[in-house]
Amino acid sequence: MINKIKMPDQDKGMGSGLKQALLAAWPVCIAYLPIGIALGVLAQKAGLTPFEIGVMSVFVFAGSAQFIAVSMISGHAGLVPIILTTFMVNLRHVLMSSSLALYLGRISSAKLSLFAYGITDETFAVNLSKFHKGHWGFYRSLAVNQIANMAWVISTVIGGYSGQFIPAGAFGMDYAMIAMFISLLVIQIRGRIYLVTAIISGGLAVMLSLMMPGNSYIMVASIISAALGALIKNRSCRTC
Amino acid sequence: MLKSEYLLIVVGMGVVTYLPRWLPLLFLSNRKPPRWVIEWLELIPVAILSALLMPVLFTSGEPRFLYLLKPELLVAIPTFLVACKTQSMGGTVLAGMIMFWAYGAFIS
Repeated sequence: MINKIKMPDQDKGMGSGLKQALLAAWPVCIAYLPIGIALGVLAQKAGLTPFEIGVMSVFVFAGSAQFIAVSMISGHAGLVPIILTTFMVNLRHVLMSSSLALYLGRISSAKLSLFAYGITDETFAVNLSKFHKGHWGFYRSLAVNQIANMAWVISTVIGGYSGQFIPAGAFGMDYAMIAMFISLLVIQIRGRIYLVTAIISGGLAVMLSLMMPGNSYIMVASIISAALGALIKNRSCRTC
Repeated sequence: MLKSEYLLIVVGMGVVTYLPRWLPLLFLSNRKPPRWVIEWLELIPVAILSALLMPVLFTSGEPRFLYLLKPELLVAIPTFLVACKTQSMGGTVLAGMIMFWAYGAFIS
């Protein structure tokens, strides 16, 4: 049955939608630029043309998995190991997609399928903090995803063409991603229980990252610490 | 490498990247999960952000080891202060980049 209930139009307000999406997305684009260029350079050294790099960025849109895939390709790894590794590296997006789902009720499956393509660590964090603040809806968040995707594809292709001319670490660009995550983390801490969860998760992630290779520590630490946080919240204070 | 094999790799990577992003959205968005799931999911973003960030600041190398004097960590302290004061992502990103660049140019 088609749901005819009109959803509150969160896409309205605070000026034009596209402008709001661009304002939200530009830090993501700046953060993608050096990483995309670095990936393009590596891919070129692995024997891929700028076009082939661009095709990968369009199909995959997942920075860390692409870095690993490029290094595996230059090591002449087979198809199955590359795809399996990509799956493992990107499995963490299950959690992000689940959190975003809380804010995307009453959106058609076709639209959700379009939106899912653009869920990365960065677009997830930006859209989620915007949803929390209000004045944010499906179309704005989709626009953020697609603007970020465009920036990503373009920067990887630029890297494939001209990366060797741009000095490593120029203009502190390497720090854009870290600074963005710092700011998103601070914005997410909206009460004592959020701070407690962040501390548990950060500590656990550091410990686990020392013990296990790869990036599975991100999922393990997040699942456990969010559960501990919810438990602590229910045990001690219902309001914080 | 053969062109068709590359295309196959890329399409395969695309599929396994898309599925974890797509399935939860499809199955969770149009139903109301139980309260404990909502409470857990509400804490997932802050947990993920912290889990993504902290190992980058506190560990180094491959295999990783604990390292407390990383430039990334030292610059993170004033960047955190800027983030708390301004609550602005753009401002924090610019301030962090400038401070990291200045650290590399003048201090190290």
